[in-house]
Amino acid sequence: MDEILERILPTVSKPARYTGGEWNSVVKDWAAAEVRWVLAFPDIYEIGMSNLGLAILYDQLNRQGGEWVLAERVYAPWVDMERAMRAAGLPLFSLESRHPLAEFDLIGFSLPYEQLYTNVLNMLDLAGLPLLAAERDERHPLVIAGGSAACNPEPLADFVDAFVLGDGEEIVHDISGVVRQAKRAGGKSRLALLRRLAEIQGVYVPRFYQVTYHADGTVAGVRPTLPQAPMPVRKRIVATLPPPPVRPLVPYLDIVHNRAAIEIQRGCGRGCRFCHAGMVYRPVRQRPPDEVLAAVEEILANTGFEEIALLSLSASDYGPIERLVRELVTRYGEQPLSISLPSLRLESVSVALMEQLQAAGRRSSLTFAPEAASERLRRVINKPIADQELLAVAEEAYSRGWKTIKLYFMIGHPTQTLEDVAAIADLARRVRAVGQRTLGRKAQVNITVSTLVPKPHTPFQWLPLADEAEVRAQQEYLQDHLRGPGLKLSWNRYAETLLEAALSRGDRRLGATLYRAWQLGARFDGWSDQFQAEAWRQAFRETGLSPDFYARRPRPLEERFPWDHLDVGVTKEYLVRDYQAALRGETRPDCRQQCAACGILTAFRQERLRVADEAWGCPPLKAGETGTNDR
Amino acid sequence: MTDDLYRMRIKFAKGEPLKYLSHLDLSRTWERAFRRAGLPLAYSQGFNPRPRFQIAAGLPVGVTGQAELLDVWLNRPLSPAGLISRLRPVLPPGLDLLAAEEVALRAPSLQSQLRAADYRAVVRSLEPVEAIQARVQRLLAAPTLPRRRQHKGRWQSYDLRPLILEVTVKAAGEGEQVVEMRLQASPQGAGRPDELLDALGLSLAPHTIARTCLHFEFDR
Repeated sequence: MDEILERILPTVSKPARYTGGEWNSVVKDWAAAEVRWVLAFPDIYEIGMSNLGLAILYDQLNRQGGEWVLAERVYAPWVDMERAMRAAGLPLFSLESRHPLAEFDLIGFSLPYEQLYTNVLNMLDLAGLPLLAAERDERHPLVIAGGSAACNPEPLADFVDAFVLGDGEEIVHDISGVVRQAKRAGGKSRLALLRRLAEIQGVYVPRFYQVTYHADGTVAGVRPTLPQAPMPVRKRIVATLPPPPVRPLVPYLDIVHNRAAIEIQRGCGRGCRFCHAGMVYRPVRQRPPDEVLAAVEEILANTGFEEIALLSLSASDYGPIERLVRELVTRYGEQPLSISLPSLRLESVSVALMEQLQAAGRRSSLTFAPEAASERLRRVINKPIADQELLAVAEEAYSRGWKTIKLYFMIGHPTQTLEDVAAIADLARRVRAVGQRTLGRKAQVNITVSTLVPKPHTPFQWLPLADEAEVRAQQEYLQDHLRGPGLKLSWNRYAETLLEAALSRGDRRLGATLYRAWQLGARFDGWSDQFQAEAWRQAFRETGLSPDFYARRPRPLEERFPWDHLDVGVTKEYLVRDYQAALRGETRPDCRQQCAACGILTAFRQERLRVADEAWGCPPLKAGETGTNDR
Repeated sequence: MTDDLYRMRIKFAKGEPLKYLSHLDLSRTWERAFRRAGLPLAYSQGFNPRPRFQIAAGLPVGVTGQAELLDVWLNRPLSPAGLISRLRPVLPPGLDLLAAEEVALRAPSLQSQLRAADYRAVVRSLEPVEAIQARVQRLLAAPTLPRRRQHKGRWQSYDLRPLILEVTVKAAGEGEQVVEMRLQASPQGAGRPDELLDALGLSLAPHTIARTCLHFEFDR
């Protein structure tokens, strides 16, 4: 293998993607390990290496588990490397020990978004494995997948043996244990192993569930075919965030997020109605600031990174954020260390926080996501903020030296009218006018307009994706009305949005389409320059399915969804209520002000009782209480 | 705060595991290693302070280096032995610290002093060594060797001949030839070993290239 690699690496772009050896990588004794994982990220190295989820599992398996477990890594080879590997007959291999994937016990895929599905198939194929789970047996590695897209993994059900729902930190150890037992017992069948895995809370083995369909193509029912298979399958959570990885990998290449990262909070209680992460990562769990500070110290000493990011879904909603930032500035202010705080809410506190973190001369851009440009529509999506407040924040930012404000909007929200679209151009221009007044001609507004993709497990899961002609017309309107100095507009291509929308609310039958699209050459579907619209069109046609059925169809409230048997804690009843509230333009306060009874507390009552009151965003329960806050 | 400055010169090797790193990747790797070692790094002024260090010469991607040099500036004095003992434990496999010494602050930059570099290519080829040697002779006899190479995405024409100082070819074993070359490496121009191999018609044969030595003005 080394000899072939030596021959092909000089011929591909960025060969260091495939050579590993990064500082803090862990190379355990292959022969001594009883359970061998390879953690697979179905996108290129630079993106996969920036993913905190994979870093957490790498740390858990290699450093927090037993000596008998090892975990290595693999990323999707870029198209030039794929070509070279196929030409040379080189199977996909791990970075740490260069073992072919086929020699591992488990392949664990991260699935952060749907556009990676064809890469999963491609990586299994490059590994020389049968793509269909039903065609693999004891001789092959078990193929597992988790991550936020796994909350509706049905389009991948034919290819993956088991999905992991929810937080991965504990469940990976449970899975290692079951695999170890099975190996020790020797000769256990694949089916027996899967039965044992299905008993672990949070593991979903799709082949143990039979799906039936109505004549119109909607789901009639999902039935477990085994007594061990739970119904519904509830996700797994960690009651308290486990200690963060303090020996993260230090890449040689310049990756997308080339910095250390520490998760300060998981989950979000804001309840933005379009937001998948905001629903599926509940409950809100906060890492104590002292733990963050201690970890930052260790991470910097162990890596030498020049930047550290404090990650959460909404940094402004981390209770002790001001104290934490003040303390970090006191400790590291003298050193050339950048501290970044992505995901700030649109409010003046955010500007004040960033002012502490970024020296006056380094203030380049601030990013905010109002998502909708009229106050009415912001109430519909439950991201209420007054235009006046928004403009005041912009003024504050420009006056303190930020030259560029980036604004994220979506089109295609429910109840959206032409006025709401026009409001995007209007608001962006008003922000720019504020900038012009404060900063002069240097003031810049970058506007990104994407199209709402209704996601499963959100209050918007019943909505159709907006019509192509309408979306185009709206994009053209914005292009016409957002010309001029200091304004820059970007938008998404509809064909890519449509595919994402179809896959995210897809069912098992899409497996055939996925397979066909992959055969026709589809991969890297999230990359505009690689996306093959024609391959997908042909694949849908040949498999007799329509992306519109999944993406564009208004779904009646009583429809049974392909993901209804997967329980992320937030109930469908709550989502219905919140959807109806959205249509009435009613907002809902943050969970921490008032529990909205989304279902999390009932689902994870035991976990809530185990932790301190302030550790979760959900209200505390008294022993014996059955979650009465959570009707 | 202190304005004290100390300049240390480090001799290092960039081995097989790291040979695909670009010059920028290697710089970043050193920078992070310096921080892990807790060295009292001196930083540049300005809004985006960078640690002050200079690598003598970039290595082409795919080429190993056996005796590379870099200078790093510190705010506090540190003995060469102290520097070595702090740095060695935090260097990734493939980066080896061979020696360290303090140099005068006013000494000219390494880049300005660099004159030439020696490379050793091991080429797997079944061709008789004499055939390659004949091509070397023709190459050296040519008054000019006009070639084109890509630089920052743009094609440029240049003459390879004056950049070649010495070339020798020896058979090293069954199907293996060793090409040793000394190429100019100065602010006026630097020869690339892969270009020379290509000019010799050897670039398609499997090969490895190592830079074995850098020659500086102050060595003379």
